[in-house]
Amino acid sequence: MFYREAGQFKESYRTDQAIFPIAQDRIVVLVVLAAAFLVVPFVASEYLYRAVLIPTVILALAAIGLNVLMGYCGQVSLGSGAFMAIGAYAAYNFAIRLPFLNPFVCILLGGVVAAAVGIAFGVPSLRIKGFYLACATLAAQFFSDWAFLRIKWFTNYTPSGSVNGPPLQIFGFDLSSPAAAYLVALAFTCILGLGVKNIVRGHIGRQWMAIRDMDIAAEIIGVRPMYAKLSAFAVSSFLIGVAGALWAFVYLGSWEPAAFSIDRSFQLMFMVIIGGLGSILGSILGAIFIVLLPIFLNQALPPLGALVGWKISTATVSHFEAMIFGALIVFFLVVEPHGLARLWSIAKEKLRLWPFPH
Amino acid sequence: MGFFLEVLIGGLLAGVLYSLVALGFVLIFKASGVFNFAQGAMVLTAALALVRALDIMQSQWHWPFGLALAAAFAFAGLVMALVAWAAEKLVLRKLVNQEGIILFMATIGMTFFLEGLAQTVFGADVYPLNIGLPKEPVFILEQVFDGGILVNELDVWAAVIAGVLVAVLALFFQKTRIGRALRAVADDHAAAQSVGIPLNHIWFIVWLVAGLVALVAGAVWGSKLGVQFSLTLLALKALPVLILGGFTSVPGAIVGGLIIGAGEKLAEVFLGPAMGGGIEIWFAYVLALLFLLVRPQGLFGERIIERV
Repeated sequence: MFYREAGQFKESYRTDQAIFPIAQDRIVVLVVLAAAFLVVPFVASEYLYRAVLIPTVILALAAIGLNVLMGYCGQVSLGSGAFMAIGAYAAYNFAIRLPFLNPFVCILLGGVVAAAVGIAFGVPSLRIKGFYLACATLAAQFFSDWAFLRIKWFTNYTPSGSVNGPPLQIFGFDLSSPAAAYLVALAFTCILGLGVKNIVRGHIGRQWMAIRDMDIAAEIIGVRPMYAKLSAFAVSSFLIGVAGALWAFVYLGSWEPAAFSIDRSFQLMFMVIIGGLGSILGSILGAIFIVLLPIFLNQALPPLGALVGWKISTATVSHFEAMIFGALIVFFLVVEPHGLARLWSIAKEKLRLWPFPH
Repeated sequence: MGFFLEVLIGGLLAGVLYSLVALGFVLIFKASGVFNFAQGAMVLTAALALVRALDIMQSQWHWPFGLALAAAFAFAGLVMALVAWAAEKLVLRKLVNQEGIILFMATIGMTFFLEGLAQTVFGADVYPLNIGLPKEPVFILEQVFDGGILVNELDVWAAVIAGVLVAVLALFFQKTRIGRALRAVADDHAAAQSVGIPLNHIWFIVWLVAGLVALVAGAVWGSKLGVQFSLTLLALKALPVLILGGFTSVPGAIVGGLIIGAGEKLAEVFLGPAMGGGIEIWFAYVLALLFLLVRPQGLFGERIIERV
């Protein structure tokens, strides 16, 4: 009833090619954005910020980055945790070695360094494909785990191996409160997300998708595989690196290499797959889902156990969480292998007809 | 020279142990095209089932060791059969014709599930496992080198077991009716189905065989390290072996294991001190990566032919 595009005529190529060609979509997105920027900071509690909002927003950015590589360019990567680590430690090193730089400049520079390393680790993708490549990207993961633990220069010779990010401020405003941190992360994710959306709609994005669908055919019609694959690695690593730097500076404050272990890589990959390959919206939905699910299980299991008169120990809760998490992942893949984004588009199709299906 | 040989032999023997885990991956990938990340969790599940059953039979029911061992192996085998059945029935059958990456993700979900389930049912402590394998380090070649070469007897036995296992698998694949059906499915799903081979049965059997391989790997690794959660990390140790040898080759898993085992131990001992130590885990991957740059399908993998 409300979701009809009848009567919305496109009179120019500009309107036809818009990101959200349907007026209702535009309104929904604007309302969500306005709520996220203007309403949430007034109502959210400290716990909500620390446990849900900030992780979701930052990991959504990382998931978008991974989706560029996996969903749009078809190169499976299990090393995204490594690129988050590289972004974080590069930003840290810029911050302590060039103290006059603003922390936000350091975060972006961290992304640039991650992009450079990403290009280097992307070179094997020109020759190695599929699961062989996925396993090969683990080399990046384990190398970064090792490097940030053992090479003391990266951590500025701190004895404990744990490092602290600089205080966040811009133009004299202190941004260390949870609300400010949330807004900073949200701003980064929205701006970069919009940028990526435009890249994947454009000529590079179409090259990536051609490579993804069949790289030999793409090469024959004139897509340069080296340029396309390496640019995907660069853009993806930049986004993941920025997300890593945000994770370190904005969310953690002080961190160790374990914050970017292989579990993080798998978590990001879950977000991308559950959310939907090749969809920006999917990455965001996936991030929300994967962040919320363990919190929900953690909160819901002990009361449920008490309900049936069974006192569950903490260890058992964590095992149950793993079980249910795994089962739900399998369940979602069985029900909808194309992810939450696909469910969303099905819902939209249904909504167009509702409530008169004929 | 003696020291070099000692490291080399230690590395080769460790490599055989990695091969045991990699073998399970290869079997499933060959037959169903599924990259089964859950192999590490299967090793843990099998080892936990084995050690707990053995424990209860010995300490509570007072069965003699030989009988208890056989019964515990049978029980663990049954558990793996159950896992195989569930994997086929609840996951694979529902995901037929999906892309490889989706199946891969599903096996990661299974990994979480199995890890949680196994530790809920069998407990999450570190259990020492004794299945009668000797554990003493022995010196060999004492006449040739000064002081001889230190070799762990358990590793030698593990290598023997791995050899027997590969021989049995080879016989099974070459000589039996089911083995021939498995090879047919590995070769071409559609063709195998059209000559009347039931894919679902084959998948169950192949997961069962992989589960039994996981049981053997779990028994050997459990004797070496004790049965504990870190056994699941073996999956990550087996991946470089796998990509080096090729996903589709059983001999590849063995040769890959030998190369990775020897390479990483030599690197750790001779390069490690200069680089701050602990380089074993990424060196294995870098070594595999170097081989891949020359042969993108692994040493023994099927040649990838691409057509438009």
